[in-house]
Amino acid sequence: MAIKIISSSARISIYLNGEIDHHNAAVIRYEADEAIQASMPKTVRIDFSNVSFMDSSGIGFVMGRFRLVNGYGGKVEVVGLSERLYSMMKLAGLEKLVKLEKKQEKGK
Amino acid sequence: MKPLNEMRLKIESRSVNEAFGRSVVAAFAAQLDPNVEEISDIRTAVSEAVTNCIVHAYANSVGPIYIWSGIYENGIIKIKIRDSGCGIEDVRKAMEPLYTTLGGERAGLGFAVMESFCDKVRVRSKKGIGTVVTLEKRIKGRDSDA
Ligand SMILES: Nc1ncnc2c1ncn2[C@@H]1O[C@H](COP(=O)(O)OP(=O)(O)OP(=O)(O)O)[C@@H](O)[C@H]1O
Ligand SMILES: [Mg+2]
Repeated sequence: MAIKIISSSARISIYLNGEIDHHNAAVIRYEADEAIQASMPKTVRIDFSNVSFMDSSGIGFVMGRFRLVNGYGGKVEVVGLSERLYSMMKLAGLEKLVKLEKKQEKGK
Repeated sequence: MKPLNEMRLKIESRSVNEAFGRSVVAAFAAQLDPNVEEISDIRTAVSEAVTNCIVHAYANSVGPIYIWSGIYENGIIKIKIRDSGCGIEDVRKAMEPLYTTLGGERAGLGFAVMESFCDKVRVRSKKGIGTVVTLEKRIKGRDSDA
């Protein structure tokens, strides 16, 4: 699991890479929250394009960041979702809280 | 009914074993020639059940997680994930989407995810004794790739 964070004053982009489970979520949560709390950007964008596996820990990760960012009036966008991840996010009703964007299918 | 083939695995409830547990079951399921989606369904459902043992059953300790899997006629795979942890007071309630006793980073969706990716999910639990989650799924196989 790897996480890359690109930060500007108005926006933070969090790129997740690899498998998100309960074990890995602790590290990405720590790094994401540190970056978010340092600049409290208007928009936090979480990119799942390179996530190869996710269980409900990934849903919890998005819900947790939503609570944090919503708490100071910012918004969260979730992008790069495969059909599978998109349907899992919808199990949680996350489409009502954050903007969900599917991944552009390769070769289409 | 007796399975055509079966496997058993015992792991300690350490979070680093989550990936190991789900990968072993997925590798065992490979003999049914599942398609990519079906393999992901199994990996995800097993990950939920194993994580629940680590996070809930043995919340403040380390204990054994027993995983059993059997292959049956017609491409059916059954997987049992068992712990001797704290048990669940009210299984019906625990299985409701968004219900969680932990909050914080837990979404309360583990059972909902298992149910959406398997054909059957059965939970037997006794307070103070432990929990058994049985997953069942029919693998249609790679020929059925959309
Ligand atoms: N093996 C277990 N032993 C004891 N309690 C369990 C076990 N599995 C589940 N539970 C209980 O059932 C509840 C619901 O489980 P479920 O997996 O659906 O959600 P969660 O684990 O709380 O959150 P998430 O899976 O989304 O991270 C848990 O909060 C816990 O109280
Ligand atoms: Mg769970």
